[in-house]
Amino acid sequence: MSEQSILKAIFGRLTFESFPIHEPILLITFSVVVLGGLGVVAALTKFRLWGYLWKEWFTSVDHKKIGIMYVILGIVMLLRGFADAVMMRLQQALSFGASEGYLPAHHYDQVFTAHGTIMIFFVAIPLVVGIINFVMPLQIGARDVAFPYLNNLSFWLTVAGAVLVMISLFVGEFSRAGWLNYVPVSNLQNSPDTGPDYYLWALQIAGVGTTLSAINMVTTIIKMRAPGMTMMKMPVFCWTAFCSNILAVAIFPVLTAAFACLMLDRYVGTNFFTNDLGGNPMMYWNLVWIWGHPEVYVLVLPAFGIYSEVTSTFTGKRLFGYSSMVYATVVITILSWLVWLHHFFTMGSGASVNSFFGIATMVISIPTGAKIFNWLFTMYRGEIRFELPMRWVVAFMLTFVVGGMTGVLLAVPPADFVLHNSLFLVAHFHNVIIGGVVFALFAGIDYWWPKAFGFKLDPFWGKIHFWGWVIGYWVAWTPMYVAGLMGVTRRVRHLDDATLQPLFVIAAVGALIIAVGIAAFVIQIVVSIIKRDQLRDTTGDPWQGRTLEWSTSSPPPAYNFAFTPVIHDLDAWYDMKNRGYERPVTGYLPIHMPRNTGAGVILSAFALMLGFGMVWYMWWLAGLGFVGLIATAIGHTFNYDRDYYIQPDEVARVEDERTRLLGAGA
Amino acid sequence: MATYAMNGEAAANPTFYLAEEESHDHAHSGGGTMIGFWIYLMSDALIFASLFATYGVLSTSYAGGPSPRHIFELPLVAVNTAILLVSSITYGFAMLAMEENKLGGVRLWLAITALLGMGFVGVELFEFSNLIAEGATPMRSGFLSAFFTLVATHGLHVTVGIIWIGVMLVQLSQRGLHFENKKRLMCLSMFWHFLDVVWIGVFTFVYLLGVLR
Repeated sequence: MSEQSILKAIFGRLTFESFPIHEPILLITFSVVVLGGLGVVAALTKFRLWGYLWKEWFTSVDHKKIGIMYVILGIVMLLRGFADAVMMRLQQALSFGASEGYLPAHHYDQVFTAHGTIMIFFVAIPLVVGIINFVMPLQIGARDVAFPYLNNLSFWLTVAGAVLVMISLFVGEFSRAGWLNYVPVSNLQNSPDTGPDYYLWALQIAGVGTTLSAINMVTTIIKMRAPGMTMMKMPVFCWTAFCSNILAVAIFPVLTAAFACLMLDRYVGTNFFTNDLGGNPMMYWNLVWIWGHPEVYVLVLPAFGIYSEVTSTFTGKRLFGYSSMVYATVVITILSWLVWLHHFFTMGSGASVNSFFGIATMVISIPTGAKIFNWLFTMYRGEIRFELPMRWVVAFMLTFVVGGMTGVLLAVPPADFVLHNSLFLVAHFHNVIIGGVVFALFAGIDYWWPKAFGFKLDPFWGKIHFWGWVIGYWVAWTPMYVAGLMGVTRRVRHLDDATLQPLFVIAAVGALIIAVGIAAFVIQIVVSIIKRDQLRDTTGDPWQGRTLEWSTSSPPPAYNFAFTPVIHDLDAWYDMKNRGYERPVTGYLPIHMPRNTGAGVILSAFALMLGFGMVWYMWWLAGLGFVGLIATAIGHTFNYDRDYYIQPDEVARVEDERTRLLGAGA
Repeated sequence: MATYAMNGEAAANPTFYLAEEESHDHAHSGGGTMIGFWIYLMSDALIFASLFATYGVLSTSYAGGPSPRHIFELPLVAVNTAILLVSSITYGFAMLAMEENKLGGVRLWLAITALLGMGFVGVELFEFSNLIAEGATPMRSGFLSAFFTLVATHGLHVTVGIIWIGVMLVQLSQRGLHFENKKRLMCLSMFWHFLDVVWIGVFTFVYLLGVLR
């Protein structure tokens, strides 16, 4: 065997050329990441934290810790995704007329693809799943989710996907085919590089995690509600989490199947989505959008749930129209299945088909509008406290309504023929996702942070965070609506018409204002941790909450509730407080809990090996990863010892401490 | 226990927590596992649904290559269908034996089910190799890509089922009809019958309709 073929057998198509040593931007980023990473590793080693992290966090099956880890992943990836956004804004602000900007085309295309992919799959999903993970079991009075080990595995599979995307930044190329990796651009003949493969493997691995997590959450809500909590006494956030996860179970398999077919096209040479031998690229578009449109609701329904909880708490009122809120959520869940084709009215399905999907799309605005009125009526004559979470609700209502209306506008097929793939569309979906989902996630983080850590977030930096995002959003995206109406299409690296440049400069300024908001968010967290003693809450109920999560201590003990709560009313904790509930302080029983396991981390490491090996055609590594996956998965089933009991004296110790704190606070 | 009445109505004696643990906590809720597995099966059904839809769209995209009428051997597929259907019955016998706590019977019927499953996969591989030898490869046309992927995805599931039976046989010999093992056998049962149902769809939609076309 020649030296070359040995190298090929070991490294596949990975060569020195694969490392971007000739691209200064990437090189600098790479060195910063490596130095930062080494710094973290060194610090962890110096303070001997590896054992603690492994035992208490990485292998934990506690839904609260997994939720927190999901949120950390989401925030870290938000920084990466936002860096991509700033690069795009800068490029578009500079690249007019004679100036070519600073990003070459193949790099710019990777940046916009990575931005969308990361923001949806590795920011929005982990943050939503993380908040559901943390809050939902507490709200239904459960001690954990239905499948705690699976929960841990889901998280680590998501991490493996994120790591694969991050690796693509420095080893080889990422996809240039847009955030849904459109064919025919991502077909082998048009993208023979590693880009689409990175995309496909990262999302397949993370997608398995998301599907498993959704199955887990649905089962938890069906089976593990505390006694007395009928479906119509369940907090709205749990309802939205329920519908969101049912949707996720229903759509992620479609994405998996579509990606699997594209993988076969790229690796085996089949003809699903090719342009010749009977392939049909539009089939790919249909499948990914059958996933893609409901995915919007997978994200935004829990966001609506967060707004509902926050509005009710900070107006000190029961939510207006609880049952209409539930029905609206269910109706949106069903309708979201019937609208995917509005993403390609221009495919040419004919007037009847386009009319059906256009009208179905407009109909969604009815239940959504009902929700907006419910929140408004909840606020009406309420004693509104404009704490941080409530500010986000108001900003959301003002922002989101505009996004909703431009959505209805785009749902009209003739208008869509003009605005299709323009910046108007891009402005619309940023309007609903930032104004709807992102604001809710920040509201949720501000709202439940004290529950997770026992101290509030600093309000001063929180306000800068808030205003940075709200003002930044409007400055950045209003000009994009205008540019889109004037016909500028999306994903454009260079424009000839210099009269448009001011719009893009304003947008870049908006992005910088958002950057202030993001910086303030990070500072807010750091400052709050430093000032945690001043911001401490010992009651476990800092906002005068109404739902069960506020009935336990902050942070909640591993078992959540020393005694399983019994529910009589929708706002269960409010009801308990009102009717003179006294916290039981004796008579503890052993509590049955799941044991930690490292299997999730190990499986995900093998999945990462499999993905990386397949991307680079390193078949031995892929084989090793695959065999490791199967062996670990089977091996894990031979472990029958998966639970243990927290003894009453341990429970008593924890609860007595809480009694002491409550006494000291009162 | 905290028992207070504020309003005169139903709130006379509200109980706000359980003083004794019910089987509410998750660890022993076999019901949770069952419904969770059901939901997983539904998500798997949607993978098949997507592949069926893709096949539906591409089923006439022959690209000048062979059409179903030329390549499908119905008698062979009919035999295979029979093998798989019988394997569902034999799995049913394994479950009956489990209900009667007869470990030997469970193992025997599981082994027979696995053998039938292997027979099914074997015949499928034989069919595939014939097709490929005739030049009807998955790469030949959109129709064949969709056909091979749909049928092989089902075959892959059956293979996983066979491996699962193998693992269960080992675990049964180690721990007998342990509570946990019974739960797993019930999940495997649902999985195996589910694959039967999917196959009936494949046989009807792909093979029978394909030959009629």
